[in-house]
Amino acid sequence: MSPEPDFDVIVVGAGVAGTVTAYLLAQQGLEVVLIERGESAGSKNLSGGIMYCRAMTQVFPNFLTEAPIERRIDRNQMCFMNDDSWFMIDYGDERLHSGGTAVTVLRAHIDAWLAEQCENVGVTVMPGVKVDGLLIENGQVVGVRAGEDELRSRVTVAADGVNSFICRDAGLRPRQKLDQLAVGVKALLKLPDGELESRFGVSDDHGVAMATVGVGAGGGANGAGGFMYTNRETISIGLVLRLDGLVETKKRTIDLFDQFLAHPLIDSYVHGAELVEYGCHLINEGGWDMVGQIVHNGLVVVGDAAGFTLNTGLTVRGMDLATGSAQAAAPAIVQAIKSGDVSAAGLASYTANLDRSFVGQDMKTYAKAPQFLETDRMYNEYGKLLTDVMYRTYGLDTTPRQHLLAAARGALKASGLGLLTVAKDGLKGVRAL
Amino acid sequence: MKLPEVSDRLSGNRFVLDEEESHIEVNQALIKSTGSADRIIAACPARVYSKGPDGDVQVEYAACLECGTCFAIATPGSLSWHYPRGGYGVQFRDG
Ligand SMILES: Cc1cc2nc3c(=O)[nH]c(=O)nc-3n(C[C@H](O)[C@H](O)[C@H](O)COP(=O)(O)OP(=O)(O)OC[C@H]3O[C@@H](n4cnc5c(N)ncnc54)[C@H](O)[C@@H]3O)c2cc1C
Repeated sequence: MSPEPDFDVIVVGAGVAGTVTAYLLAQQGLEVVLIERGESAGSKNLSGGIMYCRAMTQVFPNFLTEAPIERRIDRNQMCFMNDDSWFMIDYGDERLHSGGTAVTVLRAHIDAWLAEQCENVGVTVMPGVKVDGLLIENGQVVGVRAGEDELRSRVTVAADGVNSFICRDAGLRPRQKLDQLAVGVKALLKLPDGELESRFGVSDDHGVAMATVGVGAGGGANGAGGFMYTNRETISIGLVLRLDGLVETKKRTIDLFDQFLAHPLIDSYVHGAELVEYGCHLINEGGWDMVGQIVHNGLVVVGDAAGFTLNTGLTVRGMDLATGSAQAAAPAIVQAIKSGDVSAAGLASYTANLDRSFVGQDMKTYAKAPQFLETDRMYNEYGKLLTDVMYRTYGLDTTPRQHLLAAARGALKASGLGLLTVAKDGLKGVRAL
Repeated sequence: MKLPEVSDRLSGNRFVLDEEESHIEVNQALIKSTGSADRIIAACPARVYSKGPDGDVQVEYAACLECGTCFAIATPGSLSWHYPRGGYGVQFRDG
């Protein structure tokens, strides 16, 4: 006979996925421990910072009023960026504000708040402890190992993020390919008082989010994009570099980041800012293709550890999917423990719940996005093509102008891209995004 | 805008240094022969890796921001990289 479990459920990792799973399980009366390797929940975590928070408000109805959120994002800008020109789409909508669709967050604060909610419903939160591996007996996960200690449970939840060593080391997750990962480098910047409001044109709790395709920087790298998001008093600014593209260019990450910050458009917003914090973190970029097996005997995998991230170039989503995967996993775990069958078969309703939820649906809808975003023309030629069309219109120099269509045709010809290529990419884009 | 040098960039971060144990180990022969050395030196956003005078890869593990980029791009076997012990390493104040 194996020893009695110490807890019904062990959750490894106090990020969004882990805290929400632990909270939902404890709410249902289960004994839950939440183990986190950082000094406190959130201290290891970093994101660009836009949380699409409808799923979160389902779990915590008081989220928008009580949680330490930064700003409500009601203006989105998408920008093709060349070295010294850019083309931007700027979309503002009051509905995004009143609906509380998306907010900026800083993870050290938001994760700590989530962990506090866990404690309020009786979760044992155990920070400062790194799980070294899973306890596996007869093909069943029965708990975890941390240093000399063993902790036993009926079900274990791997919520340990993009690197998920606990799944990898147990042979439950293959090594990711380079085009399935990106490194995000981020600086948190502080402007002199009042400058954030005037430069970004925001007031009260309104906020702006800019995403760039390409980063200037002398052609940057295939798969490179940037972001700039407004927090209450700071700016989250960063670069996302797909690892295959980064390795291929042989450029240094730091140089690309510095060139991005020096870009005239970016500089117009952040000049004179002070650095508050500097960090980096990996992002899943593989979409549906990299979601592995999420249910094993005695183990479920949620959030980034399972591969639930979507980068469409327009939005980076991971925190909402982490929340959604927790919402799909928790009822399955409760049911399995109640029925006494915690094998993969007993936990299988997680997969079914997930397929039905917005997580499964959206992951499938955007299944073609990663492949589309590997079109290297996106990061170079298209930005230039767009600005060349505009230049042929705005760059008045007493030579006779052409109609927009002729200008576009001329710019296309000069770009060396065939009409067919552009049409194909356009169609691919519309289908993928 | 221009940020300060990387070492100064990191000085605003909070780190709890594990004096006893490095979480990074390099297989010098393999990391050089596979070209992984140049890759990780260029890619690391914290400039943890550099080339020493003898051509060996030097590791400043205390500066690690724990992203895992090096581990993902190094040829398997050339680099052993895992998270620092619980409670050690970078502790983001904002994240
Ligand atoms: C630069 C960047 C920009 C992003 N932008 C956005 C965005 O704008 N919007 C969005 O929704 N998403 C964004 N994401 C993605 C988002 O951050 C992730 O999808 C999200 O954090 C996933 O949450 P998680 O709980 O699954 O994993 P994580 O937040 O990574 O949490 C995992 C937790 O497990 C802990 N842990 C790991 N291993 C162990 C162990 N062995 N023992 C104990 N604890 C362990 C970690 O310390 C951590 O607390 C971005 C990511 C990056 C890097």
